[in-house]
Amino acid sequence: MHIAGDQKSALFAVAAEFDSARDLYQAALKIRAAGFKRWDVYSPFPIHGMDEAMGLSRSLLGRLVFVGGLIGFITAVSLQFIPSSILYPLVVAGKPTDIMTAPAFFPIMFELTILLSAFTAVFGMLILNGLPRWNHPMFNWERFKKVTEDKFYVAIESRDPQFSEQSTREFLETLGGKNLAVIHEE
Amino acid sequence: MADSTATIDPVKPPETGVAVVRPPLVLNERTMGWISNYISSIVEARTPTWWYIAMGVTVPLMLMCFTMLAYLVSTGIGVWGNNHPVGWAWDITNFVFWIGIGHAGTLISAILFLTRQKWRTSINRAAEAMTLFAVVCAGIYPALHVGRVWMVWFLAPVPNSNAIWPNFRSPLLWDVFAVSTYFTVSVLFWYTGLIPDLATLRDRCTSKIKKFFYGIFALGWRGGNRQWRHYEMAYLLLAGLSTPLVLSVHSVVSFDFATSVIPGWHATIFPPYFVAGAIFGGFAMVLTLMIPATAIWPSLKDLITPSHVDKMCKIILLTGSIVGYAYLMELFIAWYGGNPYEQAAFWNRAFGPSGWNYWVMMTCNVVAPQFFWFKWCRHNWWAVWILVQFPNVGMWFERFVIIGTTLERDFLPSSWQQFHPSIVDVLTFIGTFGLFMTLFLLFIRFLPMICMFEVKAVLPEADPHYGEKH
Repeated sequence: MHIAGDQKSALFAVAAEFDSARDLYQAALKIRAAGFKRWDVYSPFPIHGMDEAMGLSRSLLGRLVFVGGLIGFITAVSLQFIPSSILYPLVVAGKPTDIMTAPAFFPIMFELTILLSAFTAVFGMLILNGLPRWNHPMFNWERFKKVTEDKFYVAIESRDPQFSEQSTREFLETLGGKNLAVIHEE
Repeated sequence: MADSTATIDPVKPPETGVAVVRPPLVLNERTMGWISNYISSIVEARTPTWWYIAMGVTVPLMLMCFTMLAYLVSTGIGVWGNNHPVGWAWDITNFVFWIGIGHAGTLISAILFLTRQKWRTSINRAAEAMTLFAVVCAGIYPALHVGRVWMVWFLAPVPNSNAIWPNFRSPLLWDVFAVSTYFTVSVLFWYTGLIPDLATLRDRCTSKIKKFFYGIFALGWRGGNRQWRHYEMAYLLLAGLSTPLVLSVHSVVSFDFATSVIPGWHATIFPPYFVAGAIFGGFAMVLTLMIPATAIWPSLKDLITPSHVDKMCKIILLTGSIVGYAYLMELFIAWYGGNPYEQAAFWNRAFGPSGWNYWVMMTCNVVAPQFFWFKWCRHNWWAVWILVQFPNVGMWFERFVIIGTTLERDFLPSSWQQFHPSIVDVLTFIGTFGLFMTLFLLFIRFLPMICMFEVKAVLPEADPHYGEKH
């Protein structure tokens, strides 16, 4: 039984270690079935099918990126047509600046749509993940360093309505979790 | 396909009647811990002597490039060999050459991701890094060939006191947007892929300074599934966005030529032909860099296996053949189109005063890759390394043939003039290789050159149903 962090600070979670992706997957199925809400599994790589096992919905990010792309497209349309048609009509080779020459404006519309979508994808992902956040209670636990190597972890957080330090710990033990730890906030 | 070393994939036992057995992606049954230890140890170990020696060569070359650029800016474009009909010469040739090399990295990271080619995992990081550094080298040329480089901001649509706006219907402006978008998105894609691996380095390192820097750049990554969920979506979306982007960038580059009225440039075949050529040249550069890396770190051969090299050779063969087809189709259309100027342009390319460039291009790009039809050539890495030097050379000549030899013969015979590079042209170009290699050496010294978390994810035991009966 490890105690990670300062014991005087509030309790963050009870955590356990697993050896393989399969064990973690099985544990996730059981934790979900037990009705916990505030918990997460930690792994060195994304595990196929884990979202379904945890009962997580599809990421919101796709919709955000659509909006980002739309903003990029509208930016490109205004950026090109306002100067080219209103502010500074530039007649090259006798070609007018009306809708008939729109195809010549497509490449920049395409590029800015992609650019703003990509920015939204990366920064949207960081915001949805609450990153950057350089300190986190999980980092108080020395063993947790292995999460980026080859170990798998489960943490059931104290803010879960069903959480109780004693019974949650026993529950994680019955799932086959090893090296159980109580993790404090500070 | 069936290799002698191939074993049956334990995750999906082949159904009866299915004869295809895939070779394993990671050889010698390496574990997740081994992958982290080995890849990180390359970064964590003491700097090897060869690295200093290599930097001792590449850094002076890089500085030579910068010196030449300073000379160019302080003196003027006249220090290059560009003359009256050949207004675009080595500058645009080198730009297209470098930007083309970048394309293989994005192809590996985006298109092979969308098509679920799991073998990409062990080569994508280095290939993406190569993309970035190639685009850095490429970006030098369009920025500096404008002459008065301090006026380059005129390319950007910014309100200014003259109330002048750029011509948005010019392919040169499309290029500005395409290349800058390509570079930005490539950086984002590469960095997103690095975050979990930077976290690995952060969790392993012992020195405070390293921990500080890797920690800052890892952004506090914890590997929780609630994070992976958004992360995977972001990665998928970036792959989906980069796929049309990579196809568009070289298409836009080819528009610089195709939308003009110069015989030999004004062709609809240019976009697909440029894209195929870019992937062809890019994969050659990936192999040029990866094969020596496996010689320096022999255990990398468990991750970059003969099967990987074999597949890349096949892509080179395919795209090289597409390029060969495009060359022949250009000639056919020049003849079949009946336009005497077009015919003269192609006759001049092959048999004019600079015709030898054309035959170097043909030999390197069309003939040399045909050796990859033979399995021996794809599996003997010495042969592979030597053969991929031909596309590296040939793709440069292709761009010079398109740009240089076409412009030498103008519409007005009185202004015909051959192009001869000046010493500044040559030293600048050699210098960009110094810049490219310096950046690549820094990359392999300080960052994991193989995407650890993705390689772990393609191991059989990464499957949550590993070992279960189906």
